[in-house]
Amino acid sequence: MNAKDWYIRGMRDGIPIGLGYFAVSFTLGIASKKAGLSAAEAAVMSMAMLASAGQFAGIGMLAAGAGWAELVVTTVVVNMRYLLMSSALSQKVRQDQPFFHRFFMAYEVTDEIFGISMAVPGKLYPSYMYGAATAAVPGWVAGTFLGAVIGMILPESVMSALNVALYGMFMAVVIPPSRKSRIIAGVVVLSMAASWLWTVIPGLQEISSGFQMIALTILIAGAAAWLFPVQEKEAKDDGR
Amino acid sequence: MDVNIPAGILVMFVTIYAVRALPLTLLRREIKSPFIRSFLHYVPYVSLSVMTFPAILSATADIRSGAAGFAAAVILAWTDGNLFKVSIGACLAVYIAEMLLAA
Repeated sequence: MNAKDWYIRGMRDGIPIGLGYFAVSFTLGIASKKAGLSAAEAAVMSMAMLASAGQFAGIGMLAAGAGWAELVVTTVVVNMRYLLMSSALSQKVRQDQPFFHRFFMAYEVTDEIFGISMAVPGKLYPSYMYGAATAAVPGWVAGTFLGAVIGMILPESVMSALNVALYGMFMAVVIPPSRKSRIIAGVVVLSMAASWLWTVIPGLQEISSGFQMIALTILIAGAAAWLFPVQEKEAKDDGR
Repeated sequence: MDVNIPAGILVMFVTIYAVRALPLTLLRREIKSPFIRSFLHYVPYVSLSVMTFPAILSATADIRSGAAGFAAAVILAWTDGNLFKVSIGACLAVYIAEMLLAA
């Protein structure tokens, strides 16, 4: 498959992401309007930031009249997980691709596009991420805009259903390799168990979910790397 | 100093872009350390699993429909694995579960 084929494949895989984004971003649009943003501002913010927790934090700060330093620091803290994802992608992308692609790939590092990009067998063509973004970003921006202009139009049952689209994608990324590798299966089960424990242990509950994800990722991926270092061949063949 | 909304959005955009772009552009070469390579190999499995569970249970109107969506996603991903089918299948499971619960 060449770069163009990967673009098409990315668009195809990006369609369910776009649907999920459309549903999730409605709430964001409604919250943006309440915070005093115009629909256009909300849509531009969605196109620029492509980050759900990051944007909710952002509109909260804009509404509260936060200062510059707070805007920068909170944005870094809430979105810190992208440092890890971007690091993993830096090793996944094909070395024969021109360097400038990395600047464009960085824009669409979201949880979902990261997930499907890491699931590509072998090395990654940047065009795959561009294809995924082409299908997914319009859903995010349109949902935000419509949410801000007209509020909730989708019935609650449809919203409820679409809300799990993105979690479904995550499972489609982590489960198939778990079939092939007991180590990955163990890592997945342990991660979910730890994440659940985190929500029930008093004291830990108050810590933000962004920090929770980073702490558990460093801990569990670190332990797995130490106990089960990946053989070169395995690293290249992972995915579906 | 007062932050107006367009300027605030611009500042947050530049900040979040920097967070995303720094590792991709600074880590240009292949990392040689087997530990770091292995660590980065496991990062997607841990991060996506942590984000999904238990959050999926509270993403819907009822914890039972969330559980149905989660079960459908895991089973479909195990048997088929196609991104689109898994995702849509999880949505359908939630929709049907909520119809049954309302009945």
